[in-house]
Amino acid sequence: MTPVLEARGLTKTFGAVTAADDIHVAVADGEIVGIIGANGAGKTTFVNMVTGYLKPSAGQILYRGTDITGRDSREITKLGIHRSFQIAQVFPDITVLDNVLVALGVAGDLPRTIFKPLRSPKTEAAADEIIARYGIGEYRNVKAGLLPQGVRKLLDIAMAMVGDPKIILLDEPTSGVSADEKLEAMRGLLKVLKDDKVTVLFVEHDMEIVGEFAQRVIAFYDGRILADGKPDEVLSDSSVREFVIGPELHRRSAGKD
Amino acid sequence: MIDRTVWGLFAALLVVLGAGFIAADWAQFLLVLALAKGMVVLGLLVLMRAGLVSFGQGLWYGLGCYAAGMAGNFLGVTDAFLLLALGIAASTTVAFILGFLLSRYREIFFALLNMAFSMILFGVLVKTSVLGSTDGFNVLTPTFLGYAPSEAALGDTVFLLTAVISFVVAVLIHWYLGSTMGFIGEAIRENELRVEYLGVSARRAVHIKLMIAAALSGIGGVLTAIAVGHVDPEMTYWTTSGEFVFVAILSGTGSVAAPFMGSIIFEVLRTYAYEYSPYTWQMLMGAVMLLVIIFLPGGLWSALSRSRKGEGK
Ligand SMILES: Nc1ncnc2c1ncn2[C@@H]1O[C@H](COP(=O)(O)OP(=O)(O)O)[C@@H](O)[C@H]1O
Ligand SMILES: [Mg+2]
Repeated sequence: MTPVLEARGLTKTFGAVTAADDIHVAVADGEIVGIIGANGAGKTTFVNMVTGYLKPSAGQILYRGTDITGRDSREITKLGIHRSFQIAQVFPDITVLDNVLVALGVAGDLPRTIFKPLRSPKTEAAADEIIARYGIGEYRNVKAGLLPQGVRKLLDIAMAMVGDPKIILLDEPTSGVSADEKLEAMRGLLKVLKDDKVTVLFVEHDMEIVGEFAQRVIAFYDGRILADGKPDEVLSDSSVREFVIGPELHRRSAGKD
Repeated sequence: MIDRTVWGLFAALLVVLGAGFIAADWAQFLLVLALAKGMVVLGLLVLMRAGLVSFGQGLWYGLGCYAAGMAGNFLGVTDAFLLLALGIAASTTVAFILGFLLSRYREIFFALLNMAFSMILFGVLVKTSVLGSTDGFNVLTPTFLGYAPSEAALGDTVFLLTAVISFVVAVLIHWYLGSTMGFIGEAIRENELRVEYLGVSARRAVHIKLMIAAALSGIGGVLTAIAVGHVDPEMTYWTTSGEFVFVAILSGTGSVAAPFMGSIIFEVLRTYAYEYSPYTWQMLMGAVMLLVIIFLPGGLWSALSRSRKGEGK
């Protein structure tokens, strides 16, 4: 079966830095893939290239077999590849409800949005349903800029999920959520994503979470793929332990997480 | 759709009509000018809601003025409605073309690029002797769907037309701003990256807003040309554009009624300032702006809505 998403020799250089170096990945429809790697390993660069934020220096990106390399973020979004951001991207000066209303309203063709009122009982009911699904109902009328980081991330993801994407890339969805709440937050989130049958790629530093939720793990190191396979295999791989998990444990004990 | 704002605008229309018809001719004329320019300021409101300011709205306004004047002098068109259609067509067509470039820019670059284009038009008009160069030229007396008012009735007719058009335009823009497309402006102002990743072209949305602002300015220009009976390059000069920005900040962006209210206050202030202290007009305006920015950063409209909210509590 054609992979839903494929990277062929994806490479990105920033001057002398090679942030992504000949990445080959094929993701099957409905897979839930965890992406791990120390800071600076190239995880965000990979997400940025797939979602059109960065143009690759070399290589190709295919969506269901179609070459989409070099298309801009908007076109890629329209194809059904959505994303959330490492630093949550929301509309800070308007409420959670209004954020979701905008996302709902624009799902469709721009010229037609002139005939769609932003606020109506129907659109508000739809927005409330989404807000409830992501468990952020209590923040409905809070300005997005004032939200706790973890909630802001959920809002970012909720907005990215509007418009029924086929693939969603989540860049550190639980960063900013306290360690003891992470598992619970991720469980809730993945339940929603699974219900929507979306293919998920999520960048995550917490190995416990990766082990629990990913069906497959890709480990990045220095712009390259170090290992790619079943979670227990990848997480017990000796080089992954040395270059990815070791530094993560070190980072955590240093209190940076 | 027919919400409180629409009723409020309708009430305002009745008040304006009443005041205009009993007012002296000069005051009625002042009201016409204020409403016509208020439409240009309303265009700025649409842009400012998207976080954009333009120092070149004189361009679209001037295009409206000159389209009306030229259609009369060269094509013999005197019907006010036809002139309005031509003015809108002229300003939006140019905005459509220039919009491909303008919509790529934000912040000060957007503001100044608009100004640059307005300066080019100014330069062209000043150099064009068939259009009277710096003197401009007179505009033919308008007719209204075959009705040619007597000289005495002309002022009232132009006033009625301007007031009704202002009302209609304000309602349309109110609906637009309440639509998803209108609200995308706020979204662009707050986070363009998120807008793009919702699959919307911020550039295209800005392009459309530009054309709306140009259309409004074009209408304002045509009405000014008809009311004044004369057009000249000053209408496209950067000081004219600056005045629109001034009134926009004075008014605030809280409501589609704000630009008209601000514009009327501005014209009245100017008239009295000219009369009573001809040499201190700029100083007075500077002081007013200073006070508004410090005490009412949301413009005069925010004072109104604030006191209304206070009553409700
Ligand atoms: N816009 C950029 N300009 C220059 N260097 C960059 C840029 N983005 C990322 N890099 C570099 O590329 C490497 C990979 O970064 P990134 O993809 O953000 O890593 P990760 O998300 O895995 O922490 C790092 O060395 C980083 O400094
Ligand atoms: Mg990163």
